[in-house]
Amino acid sequence: MYSQGLIGADGRTEETPEFLARFQKRIDAEEKIEPKDEMPEGYRRTLIRQIGQHAHSEIVGMLPEGNWITRAPSLRRKAALLAKVQDEGGHGLYLYSAAETLGVSREEMTEELLSGKAKYSSIFNYPTLSWADMGTIGWLVDGAAIMNQIPLCRCSFGPYARAMIRVCKEESFHQRQGYEIVMTLAQGTPEQKAMAQDSLNRWWWPSLMMFGPHDADSQHSDQSMAWKIKRFTNDELRQKFIDATVPQAEYLGLTIPDPDLKWNEDKGGYDHGPIDWDEFWRVVKGHGPMAKDRIKARKKAWDDGAWVREAALAHAEKRRARKIAAE
Amino acid sequence: MTATIPLWEVFIRPRNGLAHKHVGSLHAADEVMALQSARDVYTRRGEGNSIWVVPSAAITASDPDQTAENFEPTADKIYRHPTFYEIPEDVGHM
Repeated sequence: MYSQGLIGADGRTEETPEFLARFQKRIDAEEKIEPKDEMPEGYRRTLIRQIGQHAHSEIVGMLPEGNWITRAPSLRRKAALLAKVQDEGGHGLYLYSAAETLGVSREEMTEELLSGKAKYSSIFNYPTLSWADMGTIGWLVDGAAIMNQIPLCRCSFGPYARAMIRVCKEESFHQRQGYEIVMTLAQGTPEQKAMAQDSLNRWWWPSLMMFGPHDADSQHSDQSMAWKIKRFTNDELRQKFIDATVPQAEYLGLTIPDPDLKWNEDKGGYDHGPIDWDEFWRVVKGHGPMAKDRIKARKKAWDDGAWVREAALAHAEKRRARKIAAE
Repeated sequence: MTATIPLWEVFIRPRNGLAHKHVGSLHAADEVMALQSARDVYTRRGEGNSIWVVPSAAITASDPDQTAENFEPTADKIYRHPTFYEIPEDVGHM
């Protein structure tokens, strides 16, 4: 998703000015950079970090929704949620593969996630307390992700851009199925509508935080914009998201939990109230309500799967040896 | 675990009559699991009817540093294109 992927990124480079100018010229000419092309070390590191964090976000993002698969209210909802979570697993794999083309191994990335060194989107450190959250996550969280990911389809690094095109094609279903869930609740009994409103109240602000800090506080943005890894600033994307989402909430008869939200005729967009950045940094730094559980679940999956990985390799080796013996 | 799980490149034929096209890569212990994973990861929405998996290590690629000497010479060989030759209109379409 996630412009949060740039937090802590180190875009410094030590290459000669001529080399950097040559590289920038290719970027400015909208040429795609492919894995074996020469590139500044800072460009490589920034991408490894961002794509890695994006991949981790997809994988950890399976957990809050996995929580509700067995309790989905109908077979239709269950099949859709299962397909969505499976997609997220797939998206994580596309992204890990794209990062691996830059010279980092899957094992290194997994270790960094499990050790807490690598971050993932702060949104997944919030709990999914009701079924309505499955709708709100699809509508808002996937909606925000799509807003971020569409410009990434034009990212200067070829493998990342190609992975994003696949992801965006698949993710439109995620947002629509989420909105459909919220709509069903909003048009249901008063209790159901209250459930939808409660869910919107809890997810609205964390969704706005997904776009990362304000431009003035986003230190690595300028270099990433110049390298065309990013095409829009955090605030530009957040604004687009708000402008697109407010009418969708109005249609549902739900209230966005921001008393300062109002249409600004001059800028042709909504003004919004202040975002609680203390909460944002707390959650990014691993103090979100579910942070420990998420990493514990990933670690358990990795540890419990060790024997499967070992057995698969042992089996492959046995088959290879038998084949050689038969020749 | 010391051994790492090898990388495979995945190619998919969207439908008969078209060539297999590279769609991405994945890790798998052997070719049987590579095919199974390719089916799960890359064909969830009817993307094709045939899959190839190739060990990434088996691919030999041209050197990007030699891109210019490999591919630029074709640019000045315009006589390889039909429009280089002038045929009178009276002759008709050729």
